[in-house]
Amino acid sequence: MANPQFTFSKLRIAFLTGAVVWASLLTYLVHGFGFSWFIAATDGVINSLLLGAACWLINNNLRYFQPGKGSYINIFVWCVALAGACTFGCRWILPFIHNNQVYSNFVAQSLIIRFFTDFLAIGWMAMISMIWYSQLDQKENEKRKTEAEKLARDAELYNLRQQLQPHFLFNSLNSINALIGFKPDEARKMIHQLSDFLRGTLKKDDQQQVTLTEELSHLQLYLDIEKVRFGHRLMTEISCDKKCQDCILPPMILQPIVENAIKFGLYDTTDAVTVSIRAEWDDNYLTLMVQNPYDPKTARPRKGTGFGLSGVQRRLNLLYARNDLIETHANDNIFTTIIKIPQII
Amino acid sequence: MKRALLIDDEPLARMVVLEYLQGFKDEIEVLGECNDGFEGLKAIQQHQPDLIFLDVQMPKINGFEMLELVENPPSVIFTTAFDEYAIKAFETHAVDYLMKPFSKDRFNKAVEKFLAQTPAQAKKQTETLLDTASQSPAQHERIVVKTGTKVKIIPVADVEYLEADDDYVSVHTKEGSYLKNKTMSFFEQTLDSTQFVRVHRSFIIKIQDITRIDPYEKDAHLAILKSGAKIPVSKTGYVKLKQVLGI
Repeated sequence: MANPQFTFSKLRIAFLTGAVVWASLLTYLVHGFGFSWFIAATDGVINSLLLGAACWLINNNLRYFQPGKGSYINIFVWCVALAGACTFGCRWILPFIHNNQVYSNFVAQSLIIRFFTDFLAIGWMAMISMIWYSQLDQKENEKRKTEAEKLARDAELYNLRQQLQPHFLFNSLNSINALIGFKPDEARKMIHQLSDFLRGTLKKDDQQQVTLTEELSHLQLYLDIEKVRFGHRLMTEISCDKKCQDCILPPMILQPIVENAIKFGLYDTTDAVTVSIRAEWDDNYLTLMVQNPYDPKTARPRKGTGFGLSGVQRRLNLLYARNDLIETHANDNIFTTIIKIPQII
Repeated sequence: MKRALLIDDEPLARMVVLEYLQGFKDEIEVLGECNDGFEGLKAIQQHQPDLIFLDVQMPKINGFEMLELVENPPSVIFTTAFDEYAIKAFETHAVDYLMKPFSKDRFNKAVEKFLAQTPAQAKKQTETLLDTASQSPAQHERIVVKTGTKVKIIPVADVEYLEADDDYVSVHTKEGSYLKNKTMSFFEQTLDSTQFVRVHRSFIIKIQDITRIDPYEKDAHLAILKSGAKIPVSKTGYVKLKQVLGI
């Protein structure tokens, strides 16, 4: 949008130009009736000054008080009153300046036509101002609205990314606490993994997408930590088509799904659990598939697609405005989560 | 000498407890370590320990569910990274609960608290703990029962009706019925009241399983369930049922 200062001065110039043109036309017109150029010019200037003042007044009024829907009649009354005032001004000022009987008669006879011309000019000004200012208002509102929406969206995306389970953090710290006692080197390694992972989650911004390779290496940190925690019970398989390696996706989109799979898998069976992650290229979509074993008989009833997954769904919805990018299947004791990330080529 | 058992699904978490227990070599003997609630349950019945260190989030059945199945539960020290507010309710009833990761000082305090207790105190405390634990909302989605030596997890969705049976409640499902050492009023309070209605002093039925309600003698009715079971409905039970069904 243009700088308001700039539009304001432009408006002023247009207004002045209008007044000058109006005064010249009027002068020419009055001269046409056989009066001297001097008389004609004063007539034109005085008339334009009065009309200009009236227009300025109504314009200023409308700038600060946008009329409601029912109050157009007020504007009409205002226009009539201002036109009346202008005409009245001419009626008294002009004969006062020029003490000329013929001219005074001319002024008195032309009062009706002067009134209507003034009324039309003021009405036109009122209309233009009304449209102009309501449009400005609307633009301002729209801008505010989009800004508010963007802020809300950013905040929500931020929150969704931060849904890292505190549980994970505390349990990891507990594992480190255990390792410090008898395997200090591993404790140190785990601290590094944990800090790398946390740093990765902190600096990521949704608008900056990452490549699948980057996302997978970040995920690997998470998996390594979980493997230390659960020991031999947790195994992972990651396979990624060559074509997918440079695909882009929102950062940290895979982690909650894998976290969900691990939790679901590990807490639903007592055996060793293999969580598998597959990335495939499918017709301009990057398809990511995460699978974990589960026991359909004892699985706790899960609302919707599960807590972690609903966050992912919401994120995909905010980023791509689509609800069909995530799906889950459960069969043969295997729970599968599939997400599709549209790729722009 | 007190005897203790460690129940936690994370090996490293047990390691910490073991290490910290070194300081109590003369007071506490470690009987063993268990990977999950099933192993824990077996080991408790077998060894009858005085104290267990128990994690809450474990595979298949959680710490509370395991405790429910133990006949003479020992004293409990929770070791967990569970949400603090969720466990707050049990704070006063467990010997203590340790938020992972916990320091050696904090651990020592918990164990000293346990050692200072008389057996009678300990028993009473554990009983209150069990009552409180079963009130937690997480426990209302499924019912964990023991059949012989096996543990059976019944999702609430599979329950058809509940019947009072002496000091127990018999949980009826399609696959059979299981005894649970709880009271009818416990289930009346904890089960979702829009799904389950206590229609009789001795019966709680699931509304969506009702196929028909017939009049039966004076003031009484009989509810016929999908499975064909006929459940008596008392006068007050009928009023409650009508309320929930909105008729």
